[in-house]
Amino acid sequence: MPPSTTATGLPALRIDHVSRHYRMGESSIRAVDDVSLVVPAGEFLALLGSSGSGKSTLLNLMAGLDRPTSGSIVSEGRNLAELSPLELARYRRNTVGMVFQSFNLLPRMTLEENVELPLRLAEVERGERAARVQEALERVRLAKRTGHRPSELSGGEQQRTAIARALVNRPKILFADEPTGNLDSATGEAILALLREIQSTMDMTIVMVTHERHLAERFADRLATMGDGKLLSTAATGAPASTQVPTQATTGAGQ
Amino acid sequence: MKLRDMTELAVRNLREAILRNSLTTLGVAVGVASLVAMLSLGVGLQQLASSRLAKSGLFDSIFVTPKTNLRGPGAGPPATRAAAPKARPLDEAARVEITKLPNVIEVYPQIRFFTEVRFDGKPFATMVAGMPESSKQSGAFDGMQGAFFSSPNADEAILQIEFAKELNPQTAQLIGKELVLRYAERQSLPSETGDGAPNSGGFSVVPKEKHLRIVGVVETEPASGFGGFGSGRLLIPLPVAETLRAAQVNDLRDVLRDTSSDKPAYASLTVRVKSPSLVDATEAKIKQLGFGAFSLLDASKSMRIFFSVFDLLLGIFGSLALAVATLGIINTLVMAILERRREIGVLKALGAADSDVKQLFFVEAGVMGLAGGVLGVFFGWLIGQALTLGTNIYLKRQDLPGVEISAVPWWLIAGAIGFALLVSLIAGLYPASRAAKLNPVDALRYE
Repeated sequence: MPPSTTATGLPALRIDHVSRHYRMGESSIRAVDDVSLVVPAGEFLALLGSSGSGKSTLLNLMAGLDRPTSGSIVSEGRNLAELSPLELARYRRNTVGMVFQSFNLLPRMTLEENVELPLRLAEVERGERAARVQEALERVRLAKRTGHRPSELSGGEQQRTAIARALVNRPKILFADEPTGNLDSATGEAILALLREIQSTMDMTIVMVTHERHLAERFADRLATMGDGKLLSTAATGAPASTQVPTQATTGAGQ
Repeated sequence: MKLRDMTELAVRNLREAILRNSLTTLGVAVGVASLVAMLSLGVGLQQLASSRLAKSGLFDSIFVTPKTNLRGPGAGPPATRAAAPKARPLDEAARVEITKLPNVIEVYPQIRFFTEVRFDGKPFATMVAGMPESSKQSGAFDGMQGAFFSSPNADEAILQIEFAKELNPQTAQLIGKELVLRYAERQSLPSETGDGAPNSGGFSVVPKEKHLRIVGVVETEPASGFGGFGSGRLLIPLPVAETLRAAQVNDLRDVLRDTSSDKPAYASLTVRVKSPSLVDATEAKIKQLGFGAFSLLDASKSMRIFFSVFDLLLGIFGSLALAVATLGIINTLVMAILERRREIGVLKALGAADSDVKQLFFVEAGVMGLAGGVLGVFFGWLIGQALTLGTNIYLKRQDLPGVEISAVPWWLIAGAIGFALLVSLIAGLYPASRAAKLNPVDALRYE
């Protein structure tokens, strides 16, 4: 059964004939080539494909980190291709959250400070920040050890911190670029289960790039497969409804 | 991002590369220090020179005489003398009138007379001079043994050191001792003879004595105004000197001159004004009152021009070090961009606008500039103190009084810190805009 859509019924993202070309000297590389895709609100979409298939480039375009050469990406009624640099930065800050393969936590900040960073950027009042940070950390089951630095934590804990950081500004869409790529399979599964749980409890739209098809089939609602910059196919996974996801994988690392 | 968060992050980032950033800040500090040291030297020397000039009393004094006095008896053709028969006498009323002029601090007569002093039963001949109260500030009495007169009317004396040594080689022992001033008092002849004859302007001389307590010994020879007290070796308060009515050196001229006045008149008065720049205007006003007036040209003006050029040259040399420090800031921040590409990418991915990134680097440059500026002012002050100390040790060996050759006024402190901040912000412009322009995708891919 497809995940619920929002009351308005608008998709979270509508991608229309999007291309992204890079110029490499004389030749032009079509990293993303005429892709059209609709991501319904509340869906957990997995982008699959081999290296160089253009899935990460497409994710960056959707996340507002990059601009398409042509085509439009519409989110909340606005075409990202037409936003000013400042508006695009605001979109990244307020509407989306980002999780990376290599976590990208700032090494000299504690967990709490890393999670607080988007709140600083959003100029959230100091009094409110601590509660928001605490809430985000509890959501990823990392309420302890929050005064530690990233290097003192395991990979799974670092990725949980990164997820908390992505969630702290209460985004509408969460983008995850190979979130399990640097983790062992058990920890990777736990992270995906956590994402699935967040998707259902926060009614979040999640777009994840991965090349681990078996995990994607278990946790995502739909798979979109890319090759050579083109969207090859999309298919529903028939994964169990998010509320029924077994939680034993997530409990271990938490409390 | 709010400034407070920005500053917190900036300070945090600076602490991450503590050695490099400290060295850069130290570079700024050295630059500011050289600037401050140079300028404080210029300012200090200027203050020293101008205060010496001001204290000398040469440039804020006007020498006033009756008009006839300048001409002298018998000078000029008789017709001229007849045309100005009513030259105003320089009497007490004139003194009060001049005192009331704007910007006049005080008006006093020059009182000097040669007389005999008895100390310890032995006679000494010396020149006595009356000191106006204002001479206390002239600097001549700084560093004296003992103290200045306790009040303007005290029967006290200050000895010039050469004279004091004649009385007792251990000059310190003189303080508190008493000496007797023997002087000739001038008395008008009519009262002396009692025959009611009309005032002829003549006088008789009556020997008198005055007991004075020695309160101090002064090393430098006090000078105040032209024709001043330079040759005075025994100094007494001017009001006391006035009451003595001693026969003065120039009294004989009074006798020769037809004063056509029965009131005692001054041969001359010294007028001190608030600052050398007011001398011209006040001198003109005194001339309007009908007196002769004379002053030295305002030499302080050309001195100020000289020191402005001097300060400019010192400032240019000082700024060279700061220019090198500026290159250091640029270098440090450009290095920081290379090192922190990934961090910049993360910040941008989390929603930092270009302006946030730019401001972050800007604030980092500013913090280094500010810290360097504050530190530099302190170093510069230390250098100035060291120069003063060294100079004074040298002067002491030459048996000369110490001087303050370096001065750090508040405007130099504020200006130097402000300048350091400004220069560092300018240095931060290029690195900051380069950091802001980083493409987040490229920055995140960077390992």
